[in-house]
Amino acid sequence: MSRPLLYLSYQQDMALLNTPAKRGWTLALAVGAVSLPFVLTDDLLVVLATACVAAIGAIGLNIVTGYGGQVSLGHAFFLVIGAYTAAAISGDPDSTRLIGFGITSLPIWLLAAGLVAGLAGLIIAPLAARLRGLYLAVVTLGLVFIGEHLFKHWRELTGGVGVGRPAAVPELFGFQFAVDGAMFTKAQKLYLLMLVLLVIFGVLARNLVRSRTGRALAAVRDRDLAAEVIGVDVTRYKMIAFAVSSFYAGVAGALLYVMIGFVEPGSFNLGMSVQYIAMILIGGVGTISGSVLGALFITLLPRITRELPAVLPFISTSSGSGGITVFQVETILYGLLIIGFLIFEPRGLFGIWIRFRTYWKSWPFSH
Amino acid sequence: MNDFVATVIRGLGSGSIYALLALGFVIVYKSMRVISFAQPAFMMAGALLVSYLVGSMSFFPAVVIALLLTALLGAGVERVALRPMIGKPVFVIAIITLGVDIVLRTVVNSFIGLDIRQMGDPWGLGQIGVLGVKIDERHLATLVTTLIVVAALFAFYRWSRTGLAMRAASSDQEVALAQGVSVGRVFSLSWALAAALAGLAGVFLSTGIGLEQNLWLTALKALPVIILGGLDSLGGAVVAGLSIGVVEALVGSYGGDLHPVFGGDFFLVVPYLLMLVVLLVRPYGLFGTREVERI
Repeated sequence: MSRPLLYLSYQQDMALLNTPAKRGWTLALAVGAVSLPFVLTDDLLVVLATACVAAIGAIGLNIVTGYGGQVSLGHAFFLVIGAYTAAAISGDPDSTRLIGFGITSLPIWLLAAGLVAGLAGLIIAPLAARLRGLYLAVVTLGLVFIGEHLFKHWRELTGGVGVGRPAAVPELFGFQFAVDGAMFTKAQKLYLLMLVLLVIFGVLARNLVRSRTGRALAAVRDRDLAAEVIGVDVTRYKMIAFAVSSFYAGVAGALLYVMIGFVEPGSFNLGMSVQYIAMILIGGVGTISGSVLGALFITLLPRITRELPAVLPFISTSSGSGGITVFQVETILYGLLIIGFLIFEPRGLFGIWIRFRTYWKSWPFSH
Repeated sequence: MNDFVATVIRGLGSGSIYALLALGFVIVYKSMRVISFAQPAFMMAGALLVSYLVGSMSFFPAVVIALLLTALLGAGVERVALRPMIGKPVFVIAIITLGVDIVLRTVVNSFIGLDIRQMGDPWGLGQIGVLGVKIDERHLATLVTTLIVVAALFAFYRWSRTGLAMRAASSDQEVALAQGVSVGRVFSLSWALAAALAGLAGVFLSTGIGLEQNLWLTALKALPVIILGGLDSLGGAVVAGLSIGVVEALVGSYGGDLHPVFGGDFFLVVPYLLMLVVLLVRPYGLFGTREVERI
């Protein structure tokens, strides 16, 4: 058993870290990610924490769209359900204006947010299972509009447009994450919390997609009729995909505004759904690590473009002063990236990584 | 009663805008089997061009020139962003059109600015009385123009050589190629037509009230319309467009005191709810063709 890449069992072959290189790099990555709070400034850490949360949401979307092949433009709908479930459960019970239950324990509101969103996904799923391809995309898009309308008008829950309500309070066994502590600042604590949660949900998803369920989903994606013929219960697996994906979206929604501490119903619109689609496309469709990469990329994009005016003087930082603004550059760049990636690298950042890896694996031989 | 008739006509006015937009979606869908999410951008571009052109000429020539330019833009987008993607999964192509929409709309918005741009149209907010019913002139103009355009479009599809080529390419691309139809040109033409129709819808949408950045959301209402009518049915698009317009107007006028939970602007989501209900019964819309599947 000294040869490193000799697999004697199926379990060995399907293991998460099946090569020494993967083990080494994963360890390095983990050490790097954990040491970041001691290197970076707080404002960058907040962005990274948001990226971790977005990654959880992107993993969810990738399960239904990347693995299950069901194009969903309705991710924002499930995110908003999660966000308000969590906010309501941890909200102030004495408030006369808003619904609140005062349970600030993180595992409770996080699971509740996921479960309520998952339940909503399960309710939608029978309708979605009847539809195929772009019909489904448009229907899920309709969900976003209906959800946006509902949550804008349900003031006791959401606080209403432009007002909003405080986001869920992250507290674990009496330990407050969203307050500056003696040893760690608020940003450092939140970043580490989100990182740990991302790892937990990432590993769970990775395990799901390499299981029987994951293979069934891939079969449905590749050809649903053929999958049915070989004995995959298509409707059942489509429902599972929707429920799991919505669960992830609910969890991500609950955490998304914890950093800012405030959640407003107007922000969960079609643009947000498109953003998550962009994450999985740019990161890599049908891969968990691709979802994380894409989420990092899209979340960091505004931060990167904000540095542009220093380099390119024709870009202005405020609107109204003529020329193009940073925000316009950001949006255009975002659109062009979507188009560019799809035309030139359909497998996304993950595909670039694969090409890079195969090149160096066989270096200096090209084949 | 007069009130009711006025509401229905207002609904037909906005319904014809939906119908024009939906026709664009259906034309692209028939040729490429893709929903083009770039339609809102073309709609805004058409209206924007008119609002700039009316500075130097009168309204009607401005509309014609603007629509030609929008059609050119549509064909150009198809050539640059979509032609390389032929044969790829439709989902991927649909997302590319989303990207196109984001880019184009940002550019258009930067020209619109934060203010409302006036269209310089001859109707404005004027009303005329017909048999005691007060009707907005612009709604009547929209309805009449739409009916003319739809008739012309159907005639084009039914009787012209190019229309025949487009129908052939839509039913089977390879067979059409074998018969000497240039499928590439059909794609260009479909995109040009769709863009021009969207532009026309944008012009009528912003007559009277003026053009502003948030107007693009109206274009998305065409999505429930095409789903309702069936993705590949031109007639379905018109029927569903007009009926969704009317239902929306009726709910807007009479549904205001349903329940406070629904909110005063409940009519905005009525198209989407209607779409969900219809799809529960008919997964391919009212007039769409059912997909035949072989393993």
